[in-house]
Amino acid sequence: MASFIQLLVSGLATGAIYALIAVGFTLLWQTSQTINFAQGEFVMLPAFFILIAMNHGAPFWLACLVGIATSVVVLGILFKFIIVDPMLKHGVLPLVISSIALALFLKEAVKDFYSSQAQPFPVLVSAGDFHIFGAVISSQSLVVLGVAIVTVVGLHLMLNKTRLGRMMQATAQNPTLATILGVPVRKMVLYTFLVNAVLVAIASILISPIYLAKFTNGETLGMAAFLAAIIGGFNQVRGAILGGIILGILDNLSAAYLSSQYRAAFPLIILIVVILVRPQGLLGRVEERTV
Amino acid sequence: MLRKSLTLPATIAAFAAFTAAASAQSTATSVYMPAIVELSGGGAVSGTNYRDGMILAMEEINAKGGILGKKIDMPLLDSQSEAGIARSQVQKVLDNKPYVIMGPVFSGSVMTSMLLAQQAEIPQIVGGEAPAITQRGNPFVFRTSFGAQFSMPKVANYVRDGAKAKSVAILWVNNDFGKGGRDSFVKEMASRDIKVVADISTESGQADFSADVVKIKAANADLIFVYTNEEESARFLREAKKQGIKTPMVGETTLLGQKVLDLAGDAANGVKGHVGLTVDAPIDAVKGFAERFKKRFNYVCDHNGMKGYTAIYMVKHVTEKVGKFDSKAFAETLHGLTITPAQEPGILMEATWDKNGDIDRESFIGEVVDGKQKIVATLPKLGLK
Amino acid sequence: MSRAGVLAIALFALGAIIAPFMLKPFGIFLISMWAVLTIAAIGLNLTLGYAGQVSMAQGAFVGIGAYTLALLTQAGVPYPIAFVASGVLCFAIGWLLGYPALRVQHHYLAFVTLAFTTIVFLLLRNEEWLTGGIYGVNAIKRPVFFGWNTGKAMDYYFFCLGVLSVISFAVWWMLRSPWGRAFVALRENPVRALSLGLDTRRYTLMAFAIGSMLGGFSGALFASLVQFIEPASFALNRSFDLLLMVIVGGSGYFMGPFVGALISVLLPEWMRITEGYYLIIYAALVMVMMPLAPYGIVGLIERGYKSLTTKRGQQKPASVVAERAAP
Repeated sequence: MASFIQLLVSGLATGAIYALIAVGFTLLWQTSQTINFAQGEFVMLPAFFILIAMNHGAPFWLACLVGIATSVVVLGILFKFIIVDPMLKHGVLPLVISSIALALFLKEAVKDFYSSQAQPFPVLVSAGDFHIFGAVISSQSLVVLGVAIVTVVGLHLMLNKTRLGRMMQATAQNPTLATILGVPVRKMVLYTFLVNAVLVAIASILISPIYLAKFTNGETLGMAAFLAAIIGGFNQVRGAILGGIILGILDNLSAAYLSSQYRAAFPLIILIVVILVRPQGLLGRVEERTV
Repeated sequence: MLRKSLTLPATIAAFAAFTAAASAQSTATSVYMPAIVELSGGGAVSGTNYRDGMILAMEEINAKGGILGKKIDMPLLDSQSEAGIARSQVQKVLDNKPYVIMGPVFSGSVMTSMLLAQQAEIPQIVGGEAPAITQRGNPFVFRTSFGAQFSMPKVANYVRDGAKAKSVAILWVNNDFGKGGRDSFVKEMASRDIKVVADISTESGQADFSADVVKIKAANADLIFVYTNEEESARFLREAKKQGIKTPMVGETTLLGQKVLDLAGDAANGVKGHVGLTVDAPIDAVKGFAERFKKRFNYVCDHNGMKGYTAIYMVKHVTEKVGKFDSKAFAETLHGLTITPAQEPGILMEATWDKNGDIDRESFIGEVVDGKQKIVATLPKLGLK
Repeated sequence: MSRAGVLAIALFALGAIIAPFMLKPFGIFLISMWAVLTIAAIGLNLTLGYAGQVSMAQGAFVGIGAYTLALLTQAGVPYPIAFVASGVLCFAIGWLLGYPALRVQHHYLAFVTLAFTTIVFLLLRNEEWLTGGIYGVNAIKRPVFFGWNTGKAMDYYFFCLGVLSVISFAVWWMLRSPWGRAFVALRENPVRALSLGLDTRRYTLMAFAIGSMLGGFSGALFASLVQFIEPASFALNRSFDLLLMVIVGGSGYFMGPFVGALISVLLPEWMRITEGYYLIIYAALVMVMMPLAPYGIVGLIERGYKSLTTKRGQQKPASVVAERAAP
């Protein structure tokens, strides 16, 4: 029993990170039909912005701010104006290809211009473990969980309780109608890109002490975010959160009780089942704008 | 449509011109010894280490006048970590009559390309550790580190005699590196009547080891053998410490590497294992090399860097012994040859190549004490002939 | 077909025939690889360019084909039978995979195929008793036909080129048939195709299954070309690579895969001067190309040629659709 709780708790901490990344992923999809195959690399990169800032003598907290700001500029503004905007009129597929190329570009750039080796990354809090029902959870996991919950709740409040958030939602759900209603749609789309950039930067700060900063980190993370988003529901923020948590826990349980050689296959099988049985995802709504 | 018709002949012409330009064969002032390494793809980390080790040795040798008065000309070709590309790159350099071929590192890439080099009678100095490489009767393939069939018996002896374990749990990474080691280790355990009670495969790049640690705990073995890459080793050690595992842990080379110790912190304390080629070896020549490497490339090299470095010096020494650039004589001379640091400082540790191309060196049993690797015993050479 | 088009294809074919005589063995290996990958790309182009579905499983089908050929020939099955089996097996798997996936509209085939590719990789790696595991299958033979031994690089290249020609012709013929024209109609306007009474799902499924089969044939040739296969060769990256190939060449254009595969195979060679940086440059080029010419290089050339001839006042009546279907 203790080991089961251990798996559950660890899975929850991993799942919270996946959720954070998946939320940004679904936001981009909702407002601009962007399927961002570089989302994992977006999480990998801010850690290196921070390391570069620290190499120039900045203390960790300042480096984090610099990292988030750089992410907003590079992964938010530049990404939108240079990569996404020129592609939008060509439809979903060319943008998918562009983002696959972007993922390759970012990965290779970090490898060639920074390092191919994993880099240690400072922790937010010093180590310490807590014992809960016979399971052990590190303070690091708790912080990850805490920050992820605060971020997601904050995002939820912003989207549902503020005027800005409601305009963003309107844009996501029906851009044409939103325009008629006087919502500055283009601005709202830009905001979702900025929100995504902040989310991936936060995720990067949370996971890099555990994952260590390495150019290949995006591969597993991107896939996880992608799976979480589809399983939970591509068009719902809370779907992405549920998907992330399911994924984190499932990964641990299947590796422990089913097969470690095939642990990577179980989330994919779930994905296929969800797509066949409930294509809009567990919490998603049916999209009306197909074709 | 018309422009396209012009592109193909132009392509072929450019391509032909290009291959002609690349035919930098050995000349009066330089010796052509191309390197095929994993510069991109899954093996990029191993490949760049191997490459940088070779570059460092090449720069040192060329600065002192080269080999027999000829500068080393070592173009780098990227195998993209794919066996097919590696094979074709070997094919390509064979067109230009190389003296020797350096690399590749991945065992799969070695296995497919070594036949070509054998047919052309060109020695190939490889980084692969899969046992099969030297078991095909190929007289032109030479290793730069132990094959898994030689390192694992040393670990196994330690498990039986040093740790006195009756049962073991194995945690290994399911890739080119981990699988070969795991298979050899399981074989050695069977021949020593030690029971494998848990056999856990992990993914490369895996971050969450809680499930694996839970399984290992449940297996209740006398000892845990860990055979994963550096980052994964560190993550596993941390998780094991968190869940309070007290079982002794043993590894092979990577587990006791400085990189793992840096990343794992005090979670690595108490870990023991066999250490083959390592920059942490208690040998001054190795430490000096590690410093030069760090200064030149700004990172700490792993065992692949040492493999590349010593490989180039091995070529230098053998060539000087033969007295001319003769690929066949090179291979014949290297079989059964022992090179000592006194004869060639760049070899770092005394090394012997046997008739199969396997390498034999001293190795160590180490233990991690206070976050530092401590060598507790030196294992003699196996005495291969 | 326009006269320029005929001329272009004739020159292309001529180039493919004389090229090996001008090249060293490594060059011959590269153009053999081009021929092999072009077949997979033609298959993917059917799925992507004509049926409008993104498949991220083409690399996996190449893998299934390669392993089928390798394992069957090593078990003593004659080469031609093993070769056909590679394609047929992929057709069947493609059908089984596509049938449920295509019930769900749009980008969902992409997701299902993405998952499929990773699962295939895991099976190839883990089922060691069958596939040899992570170390793969070694010493795969090249075929001998009626005394013609394709063991040498040049002979094997011409064998690959022969297979490529047969497949290209078959696909060309298929796209010109009424049945193939339905494909094109499907891509151009799915709603209209539906209203005209086309069973769009069946056509899309057929396109995907045939595309997968070509992936299998490509894999069979791949296995004997490299003579060694391992699971990592057929992981997700291979599928991405093939996808980029089709897009860069020009998806939906008959000649697109030929050009795309040529660039993908030769680019690392051309960019050797940049040492390790060619992947960065390739990625950057794709990103620049996508907004400027999302229809790929062949599309760009064709449009350029058209506007050129139009300016001279020789406007041709052929519609884009017909031109694309039968260049």
